[in-house]
Amino acid sequence: MAFNRVLPWIALAALLALPLGLTPYMHELVVKIMVLSVFALSLELLVGMTGLVSLGHAAFLGIGAYVTVLLSPEADPGWLPKLLAAAVAAAALYALFVGALSLRTKGVYFIMVTLAFAQMAYFVFHDTKLGGGTDGIYLNLRPVLGPIDSGAKLHLYYLVLGALAFTYALLALLRRSRFGHALAGIRVNEQRMRAAGFNTTAYKLAAFVLAGALAGLAGFLLAVKDGFVNPELLSWHESGAVLLMIILGGIGHLRGAVLGAVAFVLLKELFSTPALVGDRLAEHWQLTLGITIIAFVALLPKGLIGLPQRWRARKPPRRAADQGAAR
Amino acid sequence: MTALLRCEGLTRRFGGLTAVNDVSLDFALGEVHAVIGTNGAGKSTLINMLSGELAASGGRILLGDDDVTAWSQPRRARAGIGRSYQRSTIFPEFSVFENCRLCAQAAHPRPLALWENAARCKTSGDIATEALRATGLSPLAARPAGLLSHGGKRQLEIAMCLSTRPRVLLLDEPLAGMGAEETDRMLDVLRELRAGHAVLLVEHDMDAVFRIAGRITVMVNGEVIASAEPAAIRNNREVQVAYLGDHA
Repeated sequence: MAFNRVLPWIALAALLALPLGLTPYMHELVVKIMVLSVFALSLELLVGMTGLVSLGHAAFLGIGAYVTVLLSPEADPGWLPKLLAAAVAAAALYALFVGALSLRTKGVYFIMVTLAFAQMAYFVFHDTKLGGGTDGIYLNLRPVLGPIDSGAKLHLYYLVLGALAFTYALLALLRRSRFGHALAGIRVNEQRMRAAGFNTTAYKLAAFVLAGALAGLAGFLLAVKDGFVNPELLSWHESGAVLLMIILGGIGHLRGAVLGAVAFVLLKELFSTPALVGDRLAEHWQLTLGITIIAFVALLPKGLIGLPQRWRARKPPRRAADQGAAR
Repeated sequence: MTALLRCEGLTRRFGGLTAVNDVSLDFALGEVHAVIGTNGAGKSTLINMLSGELAASGGRILLGDDDVTAWSQPRRARAGIGRSYQRSTIFPEFSVFENCRLCAQAAHPRPLALWENAARCKTSGDIATEALRATGLSPLAARPAGLLSHGGKRQLEIAMCLSTRPRVLLLDEPLAGMGAEETDRMLDVLRELRAGHAVLLVEHDMDAVFRIAGRITVMVNGEVIASAEPAAIRNNREVQVAYLGDHA
């Protein structure tokens, strides 16, 4: 347990030192993983902490990314704090709208309604000239703040790392706070929470808006990283992928969300690299990735985070016997 | 005795079925008011309406001087109406203590104080500790609630209800499925609680009802057919025919 406590700190220290010895390819990959980790963490707040399974989370990522690009001036680099705030606020606002309407439903209906709202946002960008239509738009000059230039590789790296550390710390604090405990109560038994006097709708809406805002943060980072946005960012594929990430990593743990993002990106990278799996297979990476994820989920229902526990359980069942006697 | 909770002409219809019809009752501080009746008599519907889980089709509900008929359940809970459930609706994966602490938190939510550790929240922690003591669950505080015995879960239901610091307790069959010893212990708990609360007790265990209730209301098909002291109920011919049967 103590090791689990220090694990995030070890990871943070390693990530701080990492850029020193990375090839450009690896550098790019690590940044991508960190951005998607922020995205996965934002969904974990909904699915793992509050019990709300949303299949439209990419809408907030996409809106954050589009707002970043659309509000950037043509000829000069934009001011980073302004663009960041606008991206987060726009995503939060859309989350407030979607949440206020969709939280009236439960279970599979909630899944469908969030998906519908995400598709709505997708087609706004896909079918109108607002954001360049299906082609998307480029962000030629990356946002700056004084000496910080998010277009510089190393600056971007630490900006993304800072955002990931912020998101992780915020959610870790939230989890142990009264707000987090109330969300956990809602996940387990919402009716009982209402009977105790909690306005559960307000709690769920607050969680939904915060999750949307954090996804907007991930969208901002993605736009700055790629210098390019297109409607596919809001597609249900993205919403499904981020859901797969947290399932793969293990729902119910912040570390699981990060681990899931790492595993998802690496697996995708592995299966789509011709040099590693051959041309024919690399072309159909969706197939191999899909099969692998099915296998993972079937073999590890608790996700990758449950792996050490399974290993321990394989050892002679001495501990289990002790526990049985204590009961 | 002045009534703490009152309902007047309370009615609930489900389509063509009238589950509760024109029920007017008083619940006074310091009294256990039992509501008895066969299955389907409308007892649980009555509790659901009083607690706010179910909207009334007609009539009104008064808590003290406030008309709470239109209030949401959370608002009524914060105003002092606590309830327990017929089927245990605890948080099985949380500890017994956390079950109570979480309920106590509702009155002091402070959700924005993110830097504060909920597990060390003193206000809610103290209330939970007191509720566990009152129900005799203190020794099991650290156990996951799902591992409690059936009787333990029923006690926890009450403890969670108490943790919201209610003035009115709406207890839906707290003795269901309990053995004789557990029933005795639960009745002791209820006796202790009686002084500071108005208690509505829905219960099938007639023996227990007559031991503890100061007033008994008998419902049949959604209507009140008698409401009086236990002795008068025992001798009420209509009640004997309609409900007590062999007990009379």
